[in-house]
Amino acid sequence: MKKRIYLDHAATTPVDPAVIRAMRPFFSEQFANPSSLHAAGSEAQRAVAQARRTIADLLHAHEEEIVFCSGGTESDNLAIQGTIRAHREHGNHVITSTIEHPAVLETLERLARRGEIELTKIPVSEDGLVPAERVAQAITERTVLVSIMMANNEIGTVQPIADIGRAILAYRKDHPGIYPVFHTDACQAAGTLDLDVMKLHTDLLTCNGTKIYGPKGIGLLFVRRGLKIEPMMIGGGQERGLRSGTEDVPGIIGFAKAFELAQKRKEKENVRLVALRDRLIEGLLRIPKSRLNGHATERLPNNANISFLDIEGEAAVLYLDAKGICCSTGSACASTSLDPSHVILALGMSYEAAHGSLRFSLGHATMKEDVDTVIKVMPKIVERLRHMSPVNLDMKYFKKG
Amino acid sequence: MSDVTSRDAKQKWVYTNTVKDHFFHPRNFMEDEETYQASGVGMVGSPACGDMMKIWIKVDPATERITDMKWQTFGCASAIASTSMMSVIVTENGGMTIEDARKLRPQDIMERLGGLPVRKVHCSVLGDKALRSAINDYLRKVNQDARVEVEHGRLVDKVVKVTDHDIEEAVLDGAWTLEAVQRKTKVGTGDPSCIPEVEQLIRFYQEKHFGKEDGK
Repeated sequence: MKKRIYLDHAATTPVDPAVIRAMRPFFSEQFANPSSLHAAGSEAQRAVAQARRTIADLLHAHEEEIVFCSGGTESDNLAIQGTIRAHREHGNHVITSTIEHPAVLETLERLARRGEIELTKIPVSEDGLVPAERVAQAITERTVLVSIMMANNEIGTVQPIADIGRAILAYRKDHPGIYPVFHTDACQAAGTLDLDVMKLHTDLLTCNGTKIYGPKGIGLLFVRRGLKIEPMMIGGGQERGLRSGTEDVPGIIGFAKAFELAQKRKEKENVRLVALRDRLIEGLLRIPKSRLNGHATERLPNNANISFLDIEGEAAVLYLDAKGICCSTGSACASTSLDPSHVILALGMSYEAAHGSLRFSLGHATMKEDVDTVIKVMPKIVERLRHMSPVNLDMKYFKKG
Repeated sequence: MSDVTSRDAKQKWVYTNTVKDHFFHPRNFMEDEETYQASGVGMVGSPACGDMMKIWIKVDPATERITDMKWQTFGCASAIASTSMMSVIVTENGGMTIEDARKLRPQDIMERLGGLPVRKVHCSVLGDKALRSAINDYLRKVNQDARVEVEHGRLVDKVVKVTDHDIEEAVLDGAWTLEAVQRKTKVGTGDPSCIPEVEQLIRFYQEKHFGKEDGK
């Protein structure tokens, strides 16, 4: 069996063996409900409290500011719907960007369609950046929430979250109050970037386990002290009433362990990943009629997103898969909407070019040889698919016509 | 990207072995356009829609059988495999007559492929259109214009009996979104599985008649 080269870490990561070891006792031994009064319950409760402390320390947050939930999507929904519901009396205007994850964008667009909010979507620059000043200019007296992701899952562009945070602080100085509330989805960033909420100036922050070598099905929302949000899950009042439901104890323990490891390893690991990423990008850009999507330097250390003209992404993914290489595409054929990726289109690319984008996301297991294998096989695949294709587009299609 | 755009990952990679075989080992694709002596050429789709096919046929004037067919396809695995399989069906057993070939339906191709995932059906509907377009091209070249058949409507929603022509008419009338086309035609209310295809057709006709939307 040929070695599989997994370059889809932005979709999900394997669970780190140390994380599994940390989780194991909490399935059948220390399995009790943290809400129970007996000693076994207290043990589980202490373990959860310890995990919460670990994560709070890494975020430079307080323990009571951490709300555990089922993952990134739930955390985004709680942040958005919870804030909008709790602050209706202030206003119903929300600011976001055109390249958010569907957990944010679809949630907001649905609310806008229902007439519950007014939505402003800030367009991004050609390399996918959300300019802080554009966000600041869009704030009105009725703006309750700004939600901008920390790093994009498709193109890896890292947003100037701290700058946006400071712009919002400046607005609050002139307009005393807590508005607008600032949320960031940091799921893609948590594995490689510094998530200090004091420096980022966010009021709400989302991250999860599945992108940082932790378990799937666990996430958290950081909720700054004093900020009121409405719960979406009603029940026994766990997580300070903000997220009812028995705590996923092994998930929480594993999440904390994964977070700790990621933040500890990131400095050294990022240097390695950036070198591999740039090697991959450089190698793939040698293929004619290709271009890098996203920012050249303000990008996640593990993300390479390249568009190839005249080929369709799904076909390329499957040819790569046949060579044992796993990656993703923003092609329409890989989606249910028949529209190519909204992120690639938001960069100002034509539909024609958006169908041919491929995302390679690197991880701990990625070695130089893996990158070199991709660089070696990709030109042949592109050549073969172009050979089969009646399309021969001009490079100008990388821009809107 | 499964984490980004695909909301029904369960249907991601359920191609049959026949589909995979034709995708990885396509038959009859056009190697050398320069020297190929085609009797007729047909092309449908556009790269903006994500699917485009070009077909070349050789017709024996005495028997009117299609003796050879070559193709090029821009598109996903289903589109490539469908065109490849169509080229086999059309040219096997001495070749189909142009009259029989005109009757070829997407279902016939899909059947020989052992089926396609529901989400991918729309990818296979262009091949037979390109073939009919190539046949018309041949008939014009041999001065038999009277036999040229204008594309007759193809049922898209079998339940409420809406054809691709109905959708084209709706788009010409200014219905540019699925909702607007549904208000005019009710398409997809009978058989919701056709909605992805309808969306594709809307974009296709929009581009055909009005050019590219807001410069994309």
